[in-house]
Amino acid sequence: MIDDIELLRLIENNARLSSAEIATMLGSSEEEVESEIARLKEENIILGYNTVINWEKKAPDNCIGMIEVRIAPIKNKGYDHIAQILSRYDKVTACYLVSGGFDLMIIYEDSTLRNIANFVTEKIATLEGVLSTTTHFILKKYKANGIIYDNPDTDDRQAIIL
Amino acid sequence: MSFDYENKISKAVQQVPPSAIRRFFDLANEMKGHVISLSIGEPDFVTPWSIREAGINSLIDGYTHYSPNSGYIDSRKAIADYIKRRYGVSYDPSSEILITVGGSEGLDLVARALINPGDEVVVVEPCFVAYKATVEFAHGVPVVVETKPENDYRLMPDELEAAITDKTKYIIVGYPNNPTGAVMTLEDWAKIKDVLLRHPDVIVLSDELYCELNYLDGKPASLTQFSEIRDRVIMVNGFSKSYAMTGFRVGYIAGPSELVAPMIKIHQYCIMSAPSMSQFSVIEAALNADNEILKMRTEYNHRRRVIIQGLKDAGLDCFVPYGAFYAFPSIKSTGLTSEEFCERFLLEKHVAIVPGNAFGECGEGFVRISYAASLDDIKEAMKLLKEFVEELKKG
Repeated sequence: MIDDIELLRLIENNARLSSAEIATMLGSSEEEVESEIARLKEENIILGYNTVINWEKKAPDNCIGMIEVRIAPIKNKGYDHIAQILSRYDKVTACYLVSGGFDLMIIYEDSTLRNIANFVTEKIATLEGVLSTTTHFILKKYKANGIIYDNPDTDDRQAIIL
Repeated sequence: MSFDYENKISKAVQQVPPSAIRRFFDLANEMKGHVISLSIGEPDFVTPWSIREAGINSLIDGYTHYSPNSGYIDSRKAIADYIKRRYGVSYDPSSEILITVGGSEGLDLVARALINPGDEVVVVEPCFVAYKATVEFAHGVPVVVETKPENDYRLMPDELEAAITDKTKYIIVGYPNNPTGAVMTLEDWAKIKDVLLRHPDVIVLSDELYCELNYLDGKPASLTQFSEIRDRVIMVNGFSKSYAMTGFRVGYIAGPSELVAPMIKIHQYCIMSAPSMSQFSVIEAALNADNEILKMRTEYNHRRRVIIQGLKDAGLDCFVPYGAFYAFPSIKSTGLTSEEFCERFLLEKHVAIVPGNAFGECGEGFVRISYAASLDDIKEAMKLLKEFVEELKKG
């Protein structure tokens, strides 16, 4: 029997592991791993596989905005209606309903600040039910997806320790 | 006229030979940086942040002085709490726990507190190199019991019984074991306890540094858990291996106060107290880090299985280790000695592992492979090991 939490943690941290490698690491068989992953996909528990990329190195001009959106919820649809509309935009990389002084937190990535500003003023602010927006531009990433950026990977241990 | 240094050095120190594989160490150290290293007996993880932070905060708060000789009472209480939680055994923090400079100081204190010249100490090999040396420095006589791969490197009761004489002062056992990765279950220990009941004068030093790295059920198993012999079991334990805290240099001794008191005496004259900052980190580690240990243990366990599979693929015999972070395969089928195998593997494939004879004569014909290394390094090293063994067999 595979511990599915252990399996999920394993592939969450390294999506490149092969089924054979996962099977070895969990003391299971390749077939069992594959059928378990199939089940987890089927149940929409595994939604996809991402790679964590430091885009600041490859595309330093890329911009990320964190946009707070206040909403007057629509009868019978609550916040879902607007959240679902905004989630359809490819450049919206995350959309959360949150507690506190505003309702939706949108993460939006684009090539220029101007494009983000246009998205806010043209696409979000004009939606019926949106009361106001506040946009924060990300200046530097220190940690994302559980990974510390620019973490020096040094092994200062002695060559042999008995 | 040159000064006669040799005759000035204590005989007890002289008789301990410098490590026989010094040359191999020098070679590996020279090549460091160009090699994959599976030769390291310490965790590759950095100490969990909350534990580091506790140490840092103690500095900010100005705790930069000596602690009481036995250690801060709060740190000893935290250790007692940990032992109670994990072993189900109670120790009085005011008299039965001494905080030491790593587990290593504990080994030395036991030897110096107990041994009269000529006393015998049973050492179970293959084992950590300091066991024999600490006994010899204290003018004791090590009596070696050799464990065997066909017994999964467990200590067998009849083998122990045969080694005990009327001169035996104590026995040293270290499980989960460095270098073999062997573990003893509570049932295994029960048989050893029965031997000890027949020899009521023999004390036990149980080195439990790897106690949390047990992949059978994740729980420590120890002779301290038998109440019939609790009055003569000294637990030497610490945070280095289980909590990835090697550089903090902090460990502890737990045992009956009558045995701990003389060790406190030596410790107070020779060491004063363990590093204060580290003792604050100990409180956090002992009370709040069970989850961090679980994460590390799970990851070691994944790597352990990759190593076992890699050894199988390379065609090397290896009993399945369930503890610490080592595998101890036989390389006898290659026709090389342990040192030849390791030296050629290092020079030809740039992978460092440790010859088994470093851990006792019975380690000849074996090598120690550590999986305190990244998964990528382990995978690459196993691929190179397979290549290397195949080339050797082709001649």
